[in-house]
Amino acid sequence: MAEAEFEPRIIAFLCNWCTYTGADLAGTSRIQYPPNVRIIRLMCSGGLDPVYVSKALLEGADGVLIGGCHPGDCHYQSGNYKARRRVAILQSILEQMGLDQERVWLRWISASEGQYFADTVSEMVAALKAKGPNPLRGVGAI
Amino acid sequence: MLASLLAKGVVDAWLVPMALPGGGVAPSLVTDAEALERAEPLAPVLPINAARAVSQLTMTAHKEKLGVVLRSCEVRAVVELVKFQQASLEGVLVVGIDCPGTYGVAEWQAVGEKERALEALLAGAATGEPEAWEGLSFRSACEMCVEPLAAGEHVDLAVGLVGVDAGQLYLRMGEDVAAALGLAAGGAPAGRKAAVDRLLAGRKAAREAALAGFRERVSSMEDLLAEFGACVRCHNCMVNCPICYCRECIFRTPTFEHESQLYYQWAERKGTVRMMHDTVLFHLTRLNHMATSCVECGVCSEACPVGIDVATVFQAVGEKVQALFDYHPGRSVGEAAPVQEFREDELTTLGERPR
Repeated sequence: MAEAEFEPRIIAFLCNWCTYTGADLAGTSRIQYPPNVRIIRLMCSGGLDPVYVSKALLEGADGVLIGGCHPGDCHYQSGNYKARRRVAILQSILEQMGLDQERVWLRWISASEGQYFADTVSEMVAALKAKGPNPLRGVGAI
Repeated sequence: MLASLLAKGVVDAWLVPMALPGGGVAPSLVTDAEALERAEPLAPVLPINAARAVSQLTMTAHKEKLGVVLRSCEVRAVVELVKFQQASLEGVLVVGIDCPGTYGVAEWQAVGEKERALEALLAGAATGEPEAWEGLSFRSACEMCVEPLAAGEHVDLAVGLVGVDAGQLYLRMGEDVAAALGLAAGGAPAGRKAAVDRLLAGRKAAREAALAGFRERVSSMEDLLAEFGACVRCHNCMVNCPICYCRECIFRTPTFEHESQLYYQWAERKGTVRMMHDTVLFHLTRLNHMATSCVECGVCSEACPVGIDVATVFQAVGEKVQALFDYHPGRSVGEAAPVQEFREDELTTLGERPR
């Protein structure tokens, strides 16, 4: 029997006001997208500490999606700009420490962009399938 | 000089390294002018970064005028703490001292002839090529320190040692401090510039070599796991870091202690699960939180019981993340730390769908 195709596991941290609502819209609009994403709702992308992104990657998540409001649209004025700096710092650190920073995606997806959310998940699943599993997944000695 | 400023009421108390029984030194708060005879501001050792003490002495209201005697890495750490509202430089007289380099705490403690060792170090500083005393070596953070001089906008009185003949001091200060000390202006010693250039050239070369060494050593997941493999999660690097200021660190909470059943589940999946395993996560997180503000004092490496060169990791990573925001830790309290601010027009492709 052929081996089952690799199905990436994505942990998504989505802000309550935009991307989470966008994901909800994708659902209520019955837009199909791959079931590879596990969503964690935050009040704001600016409230996401990089420790949780690192934790997901070290524990073997194949990708982490961070979703926030478009620049200028943050419900709390500036949380997404702060998130953007943190992601820039995180990606630089991951790269320097020999980890794959391309497994971390930041996307601005508004509450009205259900289709864009579904497309983003599809694109991310395709990109992660091309990369293969997170090499940390099977490592017990972290 | 310290006693004179105390006697004249320019300051009411000094924070200065004082001799301890057993030959060590520790930053201490001194109000007794006579006790200042036992001050050891030049002792080549950094048991803690005294910025932490400055934080304790300035965080909340006090009526005394404080003077502090600090090395450049300590001044930089205070500046970062001020930005994070963990210290204040309001009304504080900062005396900076050129630092020719420091030794490990235990190594310095064990030196029998401390006076001769210090004289030799000052003579080395005079030429700009300080050499470590017999059997000792400078801490690696010192060997690669490119900002060893007492300088910058937050130093009120700078004590120059580099390029200054042993037994003499080269002082730079504002007119008010000079008036209090009754000093007239003079020029820089003839050999100062050449000695400074020599010192910095050596340090820059050592720094580049150390950072290149790290980048060669750590370039894959396996390398990362090997770099921190020996970590015993004692958290000493965090405890001693002058700018890691959270009252309750997430790694000192049960956040990452999971239900027992989960560990078996992971073991089932992976075959093996390292227990008490938040070591790489700990270091990655500290890098994310602090590398933008790292002042390169190196006490993290000094504090590590298993010899992980945490400081070099932070310096290498810090250099690149600081460059993202053109940020220089410890330079000025007027410059917000990268994690404290943002600009609307920066990093504009991040978060957008690639075209």
